[in-house]
Amino acid sequence: MKAFAELIRTLDATNKTNAKVAALAGYFETAPDRDKVWTIAILSHRRPPRPVNTGLLREWAAELAGIPMWLFEESYHIVGDLAETIALIVPSPKSPEVPDKSLTEYLEDIIRLRKMEEAGKKSYLLEAWAELPYYPRFVLTKLMTGGFRIGISQKLMTRALAKATGQEEDLLAHKLMGQWDPAVISFEDLVLRTRESDLLSRPYPFYLAYGLEGDPADLGNPEPWVMEHKWDGIRAQLIQRKGNLFLWSRGEELITHTFPELERLAEILPDGTVLDGEILPFPKGQIGSFRDLQKRLGRKTVSASMLAKIPVILRAYDLLEWQGEDIRDRAYSERRKLLEKLLAPLADSPEIPLDLSHQMNISDWAQAATTRQEAREVRSEGLMLKRKDAPYGVGRKKGDWWKWKVDPLTVDAVLTYAMRGHGRRSNLFTDYTFALWDEKEDGSRELVTFAKAYSGLTDAEFREVDAWIKRNTLERFGPVRSVTPLHVFEIAFEGIARSSRHKSGVATRFPRIVRWRKDKPMEEADTLQGVIELIPET
Amino acid sequence: MKKPLLEFTDRGIYCSRANVYIDPWKPVENALISHGHADHSRAGHKKYITHHRNLPIIRHRLGAIDASGMEWGETFSRNGVVFSFHPAGHIIGSSQVRVEYRGEVWVFSGDYKTESDGLCEPFEPVRCDSFITECTFGLPAFSWQPQEEVLSDIKAWHATNQAVGKTSVLFAYSLGKAQRLLAGLGPDYEPVYTHGAIENMTEVLRPLGAFAPTRRITRETPSDALKGALVIAPPSAHGSTWMRKLVPYETAAASGWMTFRGARRRRAVDRGFVLSDHSDWEGLLSAIDATGATCVICTHGYSDIFSRYLREVKGLDARTEATQYEGEGNGESTVE
Repeated sequence: MKAFAELIRTLDATNKTNAKVAALAGYFETAPDRDKVWTIAILSHRRPPRPVNTGLLREWAAELAGIPMWLFEESYHIVGDLAETIALIVPSPKSPEVPDKSLTEYLEDIIRLRKMEEAGKKSYLLEAWAELPYYPRFVLTKLMTGGFRIGISQKLMTRALAKATGQEEDLLAHKLMGQWDPAVISFEDLVLRTRESDLLSRPYPFYLAYGLEGDPADLGNPEPWVMEHKWDGIRAQLIQRKGNLFLWSRGEELITHTFPELERLAEILPDGTVLDGEILPFPKGQIGSFRDLQKRLGRKTVSASMLAKIPVILRAYDLLEWQGEDIRDRAYSERRKLLEKLLAPLADSPEIPLDLSHQMNISDWAQAATTRQEAREVRSEGLMLKRKDAPYGVGRKKGDWWKWKVDPLTVDAVLTYAMRGHGRRSNLFTDYTFALWDEKEDGSRELVTFAKAYSGLTDAEFREVDAWIKRNTLERFGPVRSVTPLHVFEIAFEGIARSSRHKSGVATRFPRIVRWRKDKPMEEADTLQGVIELIPET
Repeated sequence: MKKPLLEFTDRGIYCSRANVYIDPWKPVENALISHGHADHSRAGHKKYITHHRNLPIIRHRLGAIDASGMEWGETFSRNGVVFSFHPAGHIIGSSQVRVEYRGEVWVFSGDYKTESDGLCEPFEPVRCDSFITECTFGLPAFSWQPQEEVLSDIKAWHATNQAVGKTSVLFAYSLGKAQRLLAGLGPDYEPVYTHGAIENMTEVLRPLGAFAPTRRITRETPSDALKGALVIAPPSAHGSTWMRKLVPYETAAASGWMTFRGARRRRAVDRGFVLSDHSDWEGLLSAIDATGATCVICTHGYSDIFSRYLREVKGLDARTEATQYEGEGNGESTVE
């Protein structure tokens, strides 16, 4: 545990990518194999399920610290991280020695703990907190409460592991994808050995596009490029191998059973086929709203009525494996031809939940710009630009694929409430609630809450708003403060839909702050009625 | 109802019977000054009274002012009200202000820390009926390590950087924290390079402490000399062009705020050392306990939370008063 805690401390202590990779690689070179497997699991979001609910953790930590519950909660709001709060408030042990217990042993404890009675959980935790010095105490608590946000993507972790083991990064990324249980798999099996049977369900790493920021004309002549719509659903990989069908989400979750209507594709697709595409809600033979698709997620069983109300399709846009062969190295135009050939027989079968994403040639960039502007009308988020000669890459890479999203919708709204942020923004008021003018029939108007946003300002701007909030607080409600309505901010969002759960009657998608409109008096902020007009007709 | 001995007005904390303000934030006739930080000793007062060790500091900061110095415990009276200064242990020359009238005693803490730093006169608890306390770090999440441990961490950090030819840039407030570090490293430590703002203040205080030798970084300082050196600079230097000369470097901040991982990341320093000239949670509670006060007024810091704790758990008559001292505000770089 000592070495792992030291690793986390080092990763947390530097903002430099190379230093992070070097620290991780150093750890992978020296740690025991079992600890390595667990470290890979933890850094790829495979920590064991939470053994104790956080309410009890808070209660016990407050008890050990000898402070009332309200004081614990206040501290938590200020620290901004539960594990960090607990580690800070419980008393430190007299001896600075870390108990001689490995990371694996602690994780086995955590797994066992889940099945224990409450009293057993409590005595384990009180003892562990009392004997661990601050940093290992924080790390252990974090293992039970949430992910480490220390700037280590799966890609960086894979790079470090490749460095330490001398393996190819792509192959390693492939091995680490999919389902494996860190409690039973050995380092040998997970990382060192390559077995064909393991590869049956394994997806390929997704190729991700960067957002296009400048003018597409910067990409040069449009001739080597094609475009298609950027569909607003869930990115997924469909694998058909040896009579088995697997569906993976971009988050590397196996979601085959979440979308049972796609399982029938097993009868249609030949073995040795892997498709990359988008799961889209498709009620009444048309793309539905993303909000509806969200209702399908995170369910153990899908009811028949849900299936009938919000059916889905897979809209395919790439072919990664064909006739059992990995064809990711082939040019996109060639993969696309094979994909079209594969799906051609389905064109006359609208009942089959698989179709082809339409591809468009680009005659000039102005024509592309026009198509992009009209994207919302076909329920797309914008365009994808792909090079015809490009292979299918690994991870997020610049150059061959670009997403060119439609400009977001924007409104000017008034800051009305603020809450402290989390992580690097804890202790600063950075999470804001914004309101719009609701115009009544009698001509009067009042501010009504419309959206929350907590990103988009620079650190300097956040500090300035934070200082203003502290001087202009009207009321405090626990961590939340209401402030004098005065400042106007331009808020951007990707989509808007009706919602009965919100007082304003509308819900926005990905709201964020574009800029602080210091030039605009709050009387000139937008009206709710104006924003409702942006909601697409259904 | 009789008037309280000290009142909170829009100019500052006021004793009307003696026509004296303590650490006022707007210009007044008579100002008692607890210590030299900018939020406590402001310009524009007619007459300043403070501990004599604070005199060179405020003269350096405020120029020609009409100021007189007092000894610890020395008293003076105005209209029957007796005033005296007592060590607060915050920085050199920092005081608590004791105010007594007809047997009733109030103490204004200024900023204080209960741990002795070996440089300034250690905090002295003063018995009183009413205690006006700061609570910058008034949360149970704050618990300081002994100074010695932090200093040895800093030395180890410097040695590690030195071994790979990197400059160690440590950000510390130019009045107080910088001198505490220099004194903690001691006169036998290798020369420490300083930013002009740090060097200027250290020159003022040099007669009052045994500091590590310092060298001011100027245009003429060869960059070779800085390689592997320890540099102390004010937080405002971070990210400025002044830093260019120091490449390659590692950065660190020494502050109580470094307790929070988020604060370190927000300041974008590579390393955070938890070292504060304020009291931690236990320090505040033990100080309040030692005063024997039944009435506690909390000023800057987590004052709402802290006073609620004093009321509900300690059973004290505790409340919050707004001041213009920088506690929770944007003071992360200036408070200490």
